[in-house]
Amino acid sequence: MSDARARILSRLRAAPPSPVPDLPEWRAPRFEASARLEKFRAMFESMKAEVHEVEAADWPLRLRTLLANRGVRAVVHGDGSATGGQLATAWAADPEAPRLVPYDRAIEAWKGELVHGIDAGVTFAIGGIAETGTLILWPTVEEPRLMSLLPPIHVALVAEETIHDSFAEVIAEQGWSKRMPTNIVLVSGPSKTADIEQTLAFGVHGPKELIVLVLRRAEAP
Amino acid sequence: MSVEAETNSPSHAASHTSSHASSHGGFAERAHVALNDKPLRANFRRAMDGLMVKRAAQFPDAADLQALRSLGAAIKERALARLPNLLEQLEARCAENGIKVHWAETTEEANRIVLGIFQDHGVKTVVKGKSMVSEEMHLNAFLGKHGIEAIESDLGEYIIQLAGEMPSHIVMPCIHKNKGQIGALFAKHIEGQGYTEDVDELTAAARKVLRDRFAQADAGISGVNFAVAETGTLVLVENEGNGRLSTTLPPLHVAVMGIEKLVETLDDIPPLLALLPRSATGQPITTYVNMITSPRRDGEKDGPREVHLVLLDNGRTRVYADLELRETLRCIRCGACMNHCPVYARVGGHTYDAVYPGPIGKILTPQIAGLDVAGDLPHASSLCNACVEVCPVKIPIADILVRLRREAVRPSPSKAGSGAVKGGGGGWTLSEASAWMGWKWLHANPTLYRLGTRVLALAGNLIPASLPPLKAWTTVRAKPKFAAKTLHQLARERGYDDV
Ligand code: SF4
Repeated sequence: MSDARARILSRLRAAPPSPVPDLPEWRAPRFEASARLEKFRAMFESMKAEVHEVEAADWPLRLRTLLANRGVRAVVHGDGSATGGQLATAWAADPEAPRLVPYDRAIEAWKGELVHGIDAGVTFAIGGIAETGTLILWPTVEEPRLMSLLPPIHVALVAEETIHDSFAEVIAEQGWSKRMPTNIVLVSGPSKTADIEQTLAFGVHGPKELIVLVLRRAEAP
Repeated sequence: MSVEAETNSPSHAASHTSSHASSHGGFAERAHVALNDKPLRANFRRAMDGLMVKRAAQFPDAADLQALRSLGAAIKERALARLPNLLEQLEARCAENGIKVHWAETTEEANRIVLGIFQDHGVKTVVKGKSMVSEEMHLNAFLGKHGIEAIESDLGEYIIQLAGEMPSHIVMPCIHKNKGQIGALFAKHIEGQGYTEDVDELTAAARKVLRDRFAQADAGISGVNFAVAETGTLVLVENEGNGRLSTTLPPLHVAVMGIEKLVETLDDIPPLLALLPRSATGQPITTYVNMITSPRRDGEKDGPREVHLVLLDNGRTRVYADLELRETLRCIRCGACMNHCPVYARVGGHTYDAVYPGPIGKILTPQIAGLDVAGDLPHASSLCNACVEVCPVKIPIADILVRLRREAVRPSPSKAGSGAVKGGGGGWTLSEASAWMGWKWLHANPTLYRLGTRVLALAGNLIPASLPPLKAWTTVRAKPKFAAKTLHQLARERGYDDV
């Protein structure tokens, strides 16, 4: 135990006690099922992100079209993730399609390439938040943290049924406090700054563009 | 001057970094200089007006806002009431998760801890996310003296680092500069960069330079917005992604935080997140909310292999010892109080000559640095209460300002025997004390009072405005006119009983 630690704690404990107040009731906003996705979309669009609804099976081809005019040559995807497999299958017959690069090594082994040489990263979000227009990224061994951060374009897939009303609801319902992973990041738009004369500029450090694909379950025939 | 002395003195720190405000003399002299700086005033006016409008738009329902503020205040109050236990809980959780916790009583000690970690790892360059505590430590200068280069990566911080200045706002550090000034700065310091006022081009230029820095850095430094005792999670909010980069790309991450940044549970985070970005910049949420719970685990392909957390006291335990002053420690550093402050908006951040400017700075700086050093700050206020009305955690800033003015003259006792506030009592002057003694005497003695007011009614208007003690007042205000009859006389004439 360091002396600083002991002294800080003993000074705090010597201070007069103050009451521990009860927390007043508070409810985060809720949305009707029909309004939830609209709120999610509107919030993202107000933050310069694109939101596209797409049938779950069709997303790789839709993404191919969306990336067509953006000069994308290399796309990083999770290694061993379903996402990568779906992309590979759907883009296989297309000789013009961007090169697919799996994140299959530790960052130290390919830092230069990921920092400078990849144009887009495709990741899966474990959920969304309608209130603020937010994606919940919960990086894994397959889909590490940097693939949503270093490339200039970030493509995030989110299943429609995982979009919740509020952050408070997600934390409580999913019991986060018992199972926090190494890192979670909430993403609510492309990287931005207003440090110069409060003028918005995008892509200052992270992705300049954020494309959100909301995956709908195929309608029952 | 030794590093030790430098780290504890905001006045020294500013003396070589402040550009527009002379750091000689007190607040009043610096304010005078700032008030005559037209571009500076235009830069602040534009920014503050915009921020006030954007914040208001985020809180359309007054009742909702009040409910949320009450909750925010209660969350921080609970955390402070249980602070020593929560600090121990946080330390235990962090240890379980693999984050190493360090404790520092002074900024000097905190700097040495950070330096020690870096020296153990042979660190040469460091990228930094935005951190006000690291400003408090003057960490960059300290590391620089020991051969370690620390590069600010938040765009605003990067700009003022190039300019060799201090932040003028706690959320938007280069708010005092316009794009012309920034364009000139970039043209001078960034190789191959011509002069431009185009904000996108300036931003792209910074991205390019800083990308390489991120890739090369041996370590990252960040601050902490909230630390969750329940889970040992460090929460960091930001818009640029430089916080994510600083805490993910380099192999080593050191986070620095004041001991008051704790909350009890993860459930406390959503309401605080609903308050912080909306109060600060009028955004519904920041682009990124990072929640860091451990270093890279086995099998994970990125993230730092080691994470350290430095807990800094630097006078906070002394603030904590007084129940009224303790409320200062609820602050979540949103900056709303400065955005709404009529004084701050006119004189700008550098006039305060301190790491924390504006209303929060006016109550925090004198408590940390001492009233003997920063005793004029509590007087830099009209007590208009605008800051109190917007503060998301309801800190009674105005009451604390008045309390500090009193402490400067008549210190209240403390357990440690040295007065409740560092450097208190030095504001006592014989002339002021005598004036108030006279005032008390006059008001406690009816005969004297009657005589005094009669004399002023008859002869008060003959006193020249240029009389030395009056002059300080009359150069900026009209001299009051005395009525020909006293209030008592008038009342008596109307038939009110005198007794
Ligand atoms: S005192 Fe209140 S308004 Fe000012 S920065 Fe702190 S939390 Fe925000």
